[in-house]
Amino acid sequence: MNLDDALHTFIVEGRELLEQMEEALLQVEQAPGDDDAIAAIFRAAHTIKGSAGLFGLDHVVKFTHVAESVLDRVRNHQIGIDSDLVAVFLAVRDHLGMLLDRIAAGLEPDAETEQSGQALADRLKAYLDGQPAAGRPENALVERPVCLEQAPPTGGADTDNWHISLRFNPDVLRNGLDPLAIIRYLATFGRVAHIVTLVDAVPGLTDLEPEDSYLGYEISFHTDADKATIDSAFDFVRDDARIRILPPHSKVSEYVQLIRDLPEEEMRLGEILMGCGTLTPAELDEALRRQEAAADGAPHPIGEMLVEQNIVHPPVVQAALDKQKQVKEQKSAEGSLIRVNAEKLDEHINLIGELIIASAGTSLIAQRANIPELSEAAARLSRLVEEVRDSALTLRMVQIGATFNKFQRVVRDMSAELKKDIRLEISGAETELDKTVVEKIGDPLTHLVRNSLDHGIEAAAERIARGKPAHGTIRLNAYHDSGSIVIEVSDDGGGLNRERILKKAIERGLVKPEQQLGDDEIHNLIFEAGFSTAEQVNNLSGRGVGMDVVRRNIMALRGTVEIQSAEGMGTTMRIRLPLTLAIIDGFLVGVGAASFVLPLELVVECVELSADETQAAQGRDHLNLRGEVLPFIRLKELFDISDPSQPAVDPADEEGFGDGRAASGSSGDTATAVASDPELDFMLHPVRRENVVVVQYAGHRAGLVVENLMGEFQTVIRPLGVVFNGLQGIAGFTILGNGQVALILDVAGLVHRVATRDRRLNAGVSFAMSE
Amino acid sequence: MVHDRKNGSGERIHRTAIEGEFTISTAHALRERLLAALGEGEETEVDLSGVSEMDSAGLQLMVAAKREAAARRKPLRFTGHSGVVRDTLDVCDLSAHFGDPVLIPRA
Repeated sequence: MNLDDALHTFIVEGRELLEQMEEALLQVEQAPGDDDAIAAIFRAAHTIKGSAGLFGLDHVVKFTHVAESVLDRVRNHQIGIDSDLVAVFLAVRDHLGMLLDRIAAGLEPDAETEQSGQALADRLKAYLDGQPAAGRPENALVERPVCLEQAPPTGGADTDNWHISLRFNPDVLRNGLDPLAIIRYLATFGRVAHIVTLVDAVPGLTDLEPEDSYLGYEISFHTDADKATIDSAFDFVRDDARIRILPPHSKVSEYVQLIRDLPEEEMRLGEILMGCGTLTPAELDEALRRQEAAADGAPHPIGEMLVEQNIVHPPVVQAALDKQKQVKEQKSAEGSLIRVNAEKLDEHINLIGELIIASAGTSLIAQRANIPELSEAAARLSRLVEEVRDSALTLRMVQIGATFNKFQRVVRDMSAELKKDIRLEISGAETELDKTVVEKIGDPLTHLVRNSLDHGIEAAAERIARGKPAHGTIRLNAYHDSGSIVIEVSDDGGGLNRERILKKAIERGLVKPEQQLGDDEIHNLIFEAGFSTAEQVNNLSGRGVGMDVVRRNIMALRGTVEIQSAEGMGTTMRIRLPLTLAIIDGFLVGVGAASFVLPLELVVECVELSADETQAAQGRDHLNLRGEVLPFIRLKELFDISDPSQPAVDPADEEGFGDGRAASGSSGDTATAVASDPELDFMLHPVRRENVVVVQYAGHRAGLVVENLMGEFQTVIRPLGVVFNGLQGIAGFTILGNGQVALILDVAGLVHRVATRDRRLNAGVSFAMSE
Repeated sequence: MVHDRKNGSGERIHRTAIEGEFTISTAHALRERLLAALGEGEETEVDLSGVSEMDSAGLQLMVAAKREAAARRKPLRFTGHSGVVRDTLDVCDLSAHFGDPVLIPRA
């Protein structure tokens, strides 16, 4: 790993840490007593500072140091955390993010950044009780808490001695062990500089249980031995005793922790430590002060104790060793995770795509060759390939929770700006979807959330007047539904104002005044370009750009968005997206000589379209499916496919057809894939029958009339070239096992088309539905 | 071994001695002895010159005896600390705690 790689890792990790920090900050704001969250914030700042020091990023170290000092006090309950302080730290987090961005871009901090950093640092210093905050640390690796300004420069207690604190269980004597013997043993490899025997616990003779052990010991121990050696002295009593060994120059907070953990009265212990020569009077004062501050707080969880142990920063010589240890610890925690470059993963998935195609080809040949063993082998192969594909796809799957959590901040900041009390509820955070989709859904989601915050949730007074709780609620929810992921953004606000939308739409000429529209249609109008009903435009939303962009972005992901709204009750925006963009389980159908692939999960059933039914439909393209009306589309007409009896397009022309059709294709519905294929010919039944593939998408059903049903087919979706951008009804293409091209149908688009055509026919008016 | 004598103000001083092991194995019996001794006189002296072995059980018996005596407002002194006792008190740095004069025999 060269330095650039390492720096890159630092930036990636730094950003992750900042995210954790933000999350913890928002948590703390809700529950100010949450020591775990405070510890997490501190850890994030501490780690960033430490790593930045390794890279010599002095400005980051300097800035983080101030923040860390304040955090240290918050952690020790010397400073209470309130929303003001949270706001400061959110700004700190943002500033650090900006610093990281600049480092990533290879830029030095500019004057503006410096200035805002300085302003923030000043605000932070105000929290340090008027004590001058530490300036730039002499050495980034040396821990130097601000609160120890008067303490020695190593940042720890002045003593060269180890401190050993011993408390025994009552049974230790009965188990045949004598604590005194252990203390004598210590003297064999060092010098007991000072010992205080704690006799406080010994009762009077009347109450004495002579075989119980009552004595405790605080020992200041001078030795050149390492911790392991000292530790080994206590091997025999480990089960019967509480042993704490503090190395020389431990941080005062260590001693505070020690005092806190021991059963004796704190004042007395402090004196004992001083008596041992472990702490100087000044250090003791500091420790006791912290102790007092902590006394109001909740008891300290073990986790925090451990953190404090982790941050032991003995003198410089030890720093390197410690770093090593820290890295080791981190490694063991992350042992089950590997960071993989997303590009490598994409390449891997591409290869699997090729593998699927190759495997499909093999299956086809095996079928044709009619050798049972070969068919069997091919079947096994394709099953394995399927499994590989599934596992490869799960590699790309990430939980949506992280994306959702980012909105905590958005909601927090915006509700402050809008002066509304709004809470965010998240559910379904563990729902997984493709990483690419997650990345691309962020912006549309932000738009929707902002929209709900700004326009959805009413002002508190209005809410109370309506009998709703004063605080508004935004809900983010995600779940899987038949091969899609559904993401919902709901609010309990005022809902969409039907009249106002309609009025606006008529004003803008989007609908005609005499048009009769259903609620859904009216709600959908807000997705039209340049549509905004906000009476006031602010810098958050309401500029009329947004909802149309949202819909466009979502459609680009092969998804849809719909609105459910009840006036006065709230609005739910429902985004439906495919789980993955790369590979689908397809259903292969044939029309004429062309092959089409439908996403299998959208196929409900296949029925035969008899001549009678065609007759009964009377050219109205509706089918009676078990008593229900099913609108259908004839793919043959839609794509203008010639009969195979007519001379097929020359195979050599195949490459050209795409380009040739491109121009007309963009007009909408004339793209076709015609290929002459003896196999397809063979498969064509002598008597031409039509089949209806019933597909369902987002609650709507439609039939697609095809000639041949060719079964399931695993498909790697390949995007169409840029020239086909305007193409409707086609989502991509794939290569069949025999090398031919099959178009992948955009079922969502087709269903939508059928649905709107239907509505248009039924309503008898031409409703401008954007397509 | 118990001897009584009067002190200067005519109060009875109860003297007792601990010999041999002053450890967990004798702790129960010694506790009874010390309790009894405290009950006997207004002042108690415990002679430790015969102690040949001592562990923390013995040490805490000493502490407990002092404490008990203080609670009953009766003085209790340890005298004639044997080498073993002195060593133990040294290891624990408790000599000062008992406040009894410890005579260090000439070498």
